[in-house]
Amino acid sequence: MNRFFERKFIVQGIFIVISVILLSRLFYIQIVTDKYILSANNNVLRKLIIYPARGAILDRKEKSLVQNEPVYDLMVIPNKVKSLDTVQFCNLIEIDRVGFDKRLIKAKKYSPYKASLFEKQLSAQIYASFQEKLFQFPGFFVQNRTIRSYPDSIAAQFLGYVGEVNDRIITQSGGFYHQGDYIGISGVERSYETLLRGHRGIKNIMVDALGRAKGSFADGRYDTLAASGERLISSLDKDLQKFGEKLMQNKCGSIVAIEPSSGEILAFVSSPTYDPNLMVGRKRGYNYAKLSNNPYKPMFIRPIQAEYPPGSIFKAVNALIAQEFGAIDSNTTFNCTGGYSYGAKGFMACTHRHGPVNLRQAIAQSCNTYFGYTYNRMIDHANMRPVNAYKRWWNAVSQFGLGSRLGIDLPNERKGLLPTDKFYTKRWGSNKWGSGFNISLSIGQGELGTTPLQMANLVATIANRGFFYTPHLIKAVGEKNVIKKEYTEKHNIEIDTRFFNVIINGMSDAVNLPGGTAYFSKIPGIDMCGKTGTVENPHGKDHAVFFAFAPRQNPKIAIAVVVENVGFGATWAAPIASLMVEKYLKDTISRPPSYLDRIYLANLLPPIRIKPSINVTKSADSVKNNHNILKPTVSIQKNKAKKPNE
Amino acid sequence: MNNNNQSKPFFSVDWTVIVIFLILCLFGWLNIHASVYNPEKQGIFNLSTNYGKQLLYIASACLLGMFILLLDSQFLNAISPILYGIILFLLVLVLIIGKNVGGNQAWIDIGPFKLQPSEFAKFPTCLLLARYLSMDQVKIQDLKTKLIAGTIIFIPVALIMLQPDTGSALTFTSLIIVLFREGLSGYFLFLEGLLILLFILTLLYGKVILISMLVFLGALLVYINRRNRGFAATLLLTLFISVVFVFSVDFAYNHILKSHQRDRINVILGKVNDPKGEGYNVNQSKIAIGSGGLWGKGYLRGTQTKFDFVPEQSTDFIFCTVGEEWGFAGCFFVIGLYLFLLLRIINIAERQRSSFRRIYGYGVASIIFFHFFINIGMTIGIIPVIGIPLPFMSYGGSSLWSFTILLFILLKLDSSNRINTV
Repeated sequence: MNRFFERKFIVQGIFIVISVILLSRLFYIQIVTDKYILSANNNVLRKLIIYPARGAILDRKEKSLVQNEPVYDLMVIPNKVKSLDTVQFCNLIEIDRVGFDKRLIKAKKYSPYKASLFEKQLSAQIYASFQEKLFQFPGFFVQNRTIRSYPDSIAAQFLGYVGEVNDRIITQSGGFYHQGDYIGISGVERSYETLLRGHRGIKNIMVDALGRAKGSFADGRYDTLAASGERLISSLDKDLQKFGEKLMQNKCGSIVAIEPSSGEILAFVSSPTYDPNLMVGRKRGYNYAKLSNNPYKPMFIRPIQAEYPPGSIFKAVNALIAQEFGAIDSNTTFNCTGGYSYGAKGFMACTHRHGPVNLRQAIAQSCNTYFGYTYNRMIDHANMRPVNAYKRWWNAVSQFGLGSRLGIDLPNERKGLLPTDKFYTKRWGSNKWGSGFNISLSIGQGELGTTPLQMANLVATIANRGFFYTPHLIKAVGEKNVIKKEYTEKHNIEIDTRFFNVIINGMSDAVNLPGGTAYFSKIPGIDMCGKTGTVENPHGKDHAVFFAFAPRQNPKIAIAVVVENVGFGATWAAPIASLMVEKYLKDTISRPPSYLDRIYLANLLPPIRIKPSINVTKSADSVKNNHNILKPTVSIQKNKAKKPNE
Repeated sequence: MNNNNQSKPFFSVDWTVIVIFLILCLFGWLNIHASVYNPEKQGIFNLSTNYGKQLLYIASACLLGMFILLLDSQFLNAISPILYGIILFLLVLVLIIGKNVGGNQAWIDIGPFKLQPSEFAKFPTCLLLARYLSMDQVKIQDLKTKLIAGTIIFIPVALIMLQPDTGSALTFTSLIIVLFREGLSGYFLFLEGLLILLFILTLLYGKVILISMLVFLGALLVYINRRNRGFAATLLLTLFISVVFVFSVDFAYNHILKSHQRDRINVILGKVNDPKGEGYNVNQSKIAIGSGGLWGKGYLRGTQTKFDFVPEQSTDFIFCTVGEEWGFAGCFFVIGLYLFLLLRIINIAERQRSSFRRIYGYGVASIIFFHFFINIGMTIGIIPVIGIPLPFMSYGGSSLWSFTILLFILLKLDSSNRINTV
């Protein structure tokens, strides 16, 4: 035994103690605590969001209006970004150096270790060339998405557009939306957002230290599938819509066509329109600004947001109500001497001296005088105070859906204007007023505002002889073609069906009898019933309107056409309506090409300073002199009341 | 005697150690394979991969081992000064023509391979130390002996520090265990531990705080032990040495080292952030090991090591793969094997009849122990990151060969011991 032999045990003791220390530590980090397992998962797990495809939107024949197109969002995790060839990178995704730095700083600000959007919506072509070089750019990866694409570039205002959610929406959604999600901002995209958006899925993939994908995590056990949005079948007829937009090119105005038996909207033209494809892709912001600044306001949804006095079609409403109230019947005749006189000096001019006219003729020839008398009878001679008679009249009119939102499935519908008795009482400072104080209501002018949609619905109601379904654009949702309940409810007008015949006869005469206001727009072989109108516009040339339905028996289409700033209704609005009707009913146009070309080629846009008419309340139909239409009695003028229609 | 010895060189070898050696090499290889595994690049003999090369290194290490067993043990004793001289020459050479990798001038290119002289400095130092201490009339208690033994250890340390490869240099401090076994007072063992601690603490916290604390604690201890004159004097001496040491470390750090060397040390000590953030290496290493659980994720199923989250995963951080893929069970197995090997080496050393062989045996145990402790301690975050390999398991030819030589010289000496009585 050599000396210090016992020190062997000390040395071996040290070895054993150290080994035990190492094992204890390992026992702690491997078995006792699970924080390292979580950290390991954080390291390798990347949650890839599988964005659902938005629901498709089809037309009534199930032809596609909106498709989804793949795009690629470039994402970045800033702290994984290493030095890279910035020039090459920028060239690949078509940005400049300043933009590169700006984006990276923005991403860093959001989070240095979380993925955020670097550049959105790379096209398939850019992605293809970029993808090959992706490995050179650690920290970057690509996320698949789809964006909207519109094969026919039609129905922009109806379809609306989608955009990225903002912070407010994210907060309000209670966690449904995340940064970078898309949401419908206008049109059907917005009103059916909850159906169209679908559900996002999560795919867990493993990545290496450079952020390169290395396969699925736990064989996809924790992945969730994305659920596509529901399919929508719209009531729109794609061909009719396309035709309508073509007819309305270079014109301001609207076409709304409704199937009377269902309330389904067949065409929804707002002109000038724009290519909905402008509102997707990387240039969306630029295009949006450009469209917003366009003086013709292409993003203004005229069919539901522009309000005009209804004009002559309102004579039909008055005629119906007057019959129902017993103020007139189909044989009642008034003598038109070129106008209707009322009060002390009040005079409402008519277009012609019609002489004695009955109701049918009054409708066909749009006689102002006749309806002045009719209105006078309803309000002033109803065995009740005129104010109460007006209330009764107001109730009857509002059944037609005027003065309130119809409830179309689009956001931001305007309700129009149908003044209550209180409005006039306030205006005249007393409730002792009569028909002379708002006589222009007799011919659909004055303080009335109707949207083209309301006008079309009015026609549909007449075509149906007394009922309508709420006009709507989406007739079926999802694979099971569910229809919203509110669009299956019939709204009945409390007017006897027999009172409609004389009106419809008059409207038929207007189109089909030589000398009718719209004879020029008669369609061979189709008994179209129509009514022209001209809405005088204080800002410029009159607006032309035309309402029609066809065929007379069992009507298939009711239509309202408004063309702004073009004068008399029969010149532009009626031909457009008749072409639309013929196109829909026969699918061919029998009129000569010159008839079509005249409309296609016409540039009827007002001079650029003109603002679109949002509230044109001061106008008159077929009244040459729109001043002094109404002359209130002297006694009330003493009350310093404002004159109407100034 | 030689003939007798040479005739049966293998039968008298300690086969237990050889089996452990082989298990460690092969288990190490499995983990290297796992840590760089790429399903698209199959084939274990692929020489473009680390595991392909390591297979070659293991095979050559076995040949090297066999060759050593054929050598004469007296010859090894006699040749030790020459070997020592050669390695000193190489250590100087590497400072001149060496290849600078990551701030360390530690490699000499030889064809496709890189030689790391600092790895090969261990066994000549052990041999020379053993030779010197086993000489007659040499007693470790003498100051002269201490100085000479210290010098033998210190020269390679100094040269390696110049690279600077702090990890490898620190390895040599483990040889204090050898001196301790040979009779060095336990005080020195304590002093060395203290100085290593002070070295790290000085670099981490600066001299001012450290010296104030030292003086305060030292004075307190001296005061408490004032009745025990001898002990108080030792305490005072220790305090003095400590203060001087702290000053010199601080001075060397601030005025002798170049800035990039300082940076390197700072990174090693975790004092500055490395490029990926503070403590990234250790943190990732702990995550990898900690996520292994009891049984591990399974061979080739580790995500942290395979996907490059752990740096140096096949060399210094090879233990991460063990921890991640084989779990606590695998770690227990590996640590158990090392402990068994170390205890076995001590037993082998103690059964030697010549003090040369015993001392060399302790040298082997000390160096393997140091690597084992520091390396694993580093991967689980109880030791600062000091880049030294795990013996037999880490990827790398230099380290594997150097440990093989270290171990097989011991086996050779032991086998001669059993056959001949010297």
